[in-house]
Amino acid sequence: MNTAVVTASGLSKRYKNSLALDNASFQIQPGRIVGLIGPNGAGKTTVLKAILGLTDFQGELSVLGLDPRKQRDKLMEQVCFIADVAVLPRWLRVSEAVDFVAHVHPRFDRAKCEAFLKRTKLIPNQRVRQMSKGMIVQLHLALVMAIDARLLVLDEPTLGLDILYRKQFYQNLLEDYFDENKTIIVTTHQVEEVEHILTDLMFIRDGKIVLDADMDAIGERFIEVMVSADQAAAARELKPLDERHVFGKSIFLFDGIERSRLEAMGEVRRPSVSDLFVATMKGTYV
Amino acid sequence: MKTSALTNVYWLVKREFWEHRGGFFWAPVISGGVFLLLNIMALIAGEVLGGSTHFHMTGGLNFDGQLGPDTVGMMGSILDGAMYVTAGLIIMIMAIIMFFYCLGSLYDDRRDRSVLFWKSLPISNRDTVLSKVISAILVAPVIACIVGVVTGLLLILVAACVASMHGLNTWQLLLHAHPLRVALSMIALIPLYAIWALPTIGWLMLCSAWARSKPFLWAVVLPLATGVVVWWLGLMGMFNLGAGWFWMNIVGRLLFSVIPGGWLRNGSALEQLSSQVNDSSGLLDQIGLVHNYATLAAPDLWIGAIAGIAMITAATWFRRWRDDG
Repeated sequence: MNTAVVTASGLSKRYKNSLALDNASFQIQPGRIVGLIGPNGAGKTTVLKAILGLTDFQGELSVLGLDPRKQRDKLMEQVCFIADVAVLPRWLRVSEAVDFVAHVHPRFDRAKCEAFLKRTKLIPNQRVRQMSKGMIVQLHLALVMAIDARLLVLDEPTLGLDILYRKQFYQNLLEDYFDENKTIIVTTHQVEEVEHILTDLMFIRDGKIVLDADMDAIGERFIEVMVSADQAAAARELKPLDERHVFGKSIFLFDGIERSRLEAMGEVRRPSVSDLFVATMKGTYV
Repeated sequence: MKTSALTNVYWLVKREFWEHRGGFFWAPVISGGVFLLLNIMALIAGEVLGGSTHFHMTGGLNFDGQLGPDTVGMMGSILDGAMYVTAGLIIMIMAIIMFFYCLGSLYDDRRDRSVLFWKSLPISNRDTVLSKVISAILVAPVIACIVGVVTGLLLILVAACVASMHGLNTWQLLLHAHPLRVALSMIALIPLYAIWALPTIGWLMLCSAWARSKPFLWAVVLPLATGVVVWWLGLMGMFNLGAGWFWMNIVGRLLFSVIPGGWLRNGSALEQLSSQVNDSSGLLDQIGLVHNYATLAAPDLWIGAIAGIAMITAATWFRRWRDDG
């Protein structure tokens, strides 16, 4: 039996004059935190929308064993999403939000939600329009974390928040929400902030999945070497993904070259996700 | 917690009320208050200008001289009539609010993107759309009826106070009014109103679910433009039914069926009948109800309702698949 949370094969989606998804295939296993990273317009949101049954597409897609196109209402009992900051309706009060979700969501734990809210400065009578962006996301997170869902989808959840809220957001998720039965998919441009919590990384470019690996595999596959000028030519022979110059030395990023060979050339280290991203996406906007 | 489709719809309707408390509740209450205030101002002006001799006020009550015993019975229906008129005004205001409520019902949350929050909950689009239809054809009219009758009742009380200042003991007369019956008979008309309003509600919600922007323009301009085209074709004799028919039965039904009582436009014969018996308000109510519900026999009411339901179904489909990305 296939235990994957999400199985996509040959996912395609065409908007009027552009191909948002181009035959994308991937699997997401339970208990993972997957970062879906890509430049603007690469198709991240379209992937998420397809998973959430918000858009039609070609190809096969199964989420928790359900077809998001046909069984969306059932699927949404097990799937939560925070689409963006500030999508809570502006007229909604904190107490109304809790009341409403408590009565329509079968997997919502009211006590848990109220406990989360107690840790914030939100007051029951407060309306969303009176909140800052950070407070809105606190409310949304309190609602979502009290839902015992198997899949949580986050689309740029911390866009426009200050660093305190951003750190707190991911910390709450990790400490009070995530466990081995849950799966989180997150898209964000603030790669540095999620990189240490991700277990898996997916790069998407022009509607295609260009990288799909877990973080350990990435650590083995991609290696950064700091090479002094005399060795640079030799390093270039090995066809690096990227080359940068810092303090008279060259930093090369290699894909799938044996570690021992690279260690001979200079100081070896694990590349950051953002460096990897920049190297992989070179030439996207050209 | 267990949830079912029924509790979902209940909470969705509640949500509509939370969101539109201003339109559904405060607008009728405030317009009722303003209406009362205007009447009180008119009464005071009458007192000041007309002195204490001869004056005439809303509802047509003449208070100079003694009332004969035969007029007492009629007083009841006059008082009821005053309540009907007051409630009618408030219901008209409700109808205007309803028009814009429907237009925004499936559009506003797409515009501010909060639709993404609602769609993150396990609620079917059918239930969502249904809750909005229920809010439009049941919740708002019931509130408007009750507020309307309460306002009418207050108006009568004020009038009675003024009358008693002139030494007339009219409190006895008030017992001949039937506020509860007025409220009930108006509420009894709501199902008919619901069926009648379906095409407009369906059309507005369809535009609301379908339009990428400016649903008002689409909802209003499309029927009007079609009407003009039909009229133009009719001028050239290419359209047999005639432009008048089209304006009345298509454009009118799409845009103006939220106005209550529209179903009575062909019922003049019956109206004469009811005017002959208005000396007894009980009979008036009975005949009124029967008279109104006689419209159910007319096929165009049902054709309109079916078209309305079809448009609401289409709106549900658009709600599901409209992709604003």
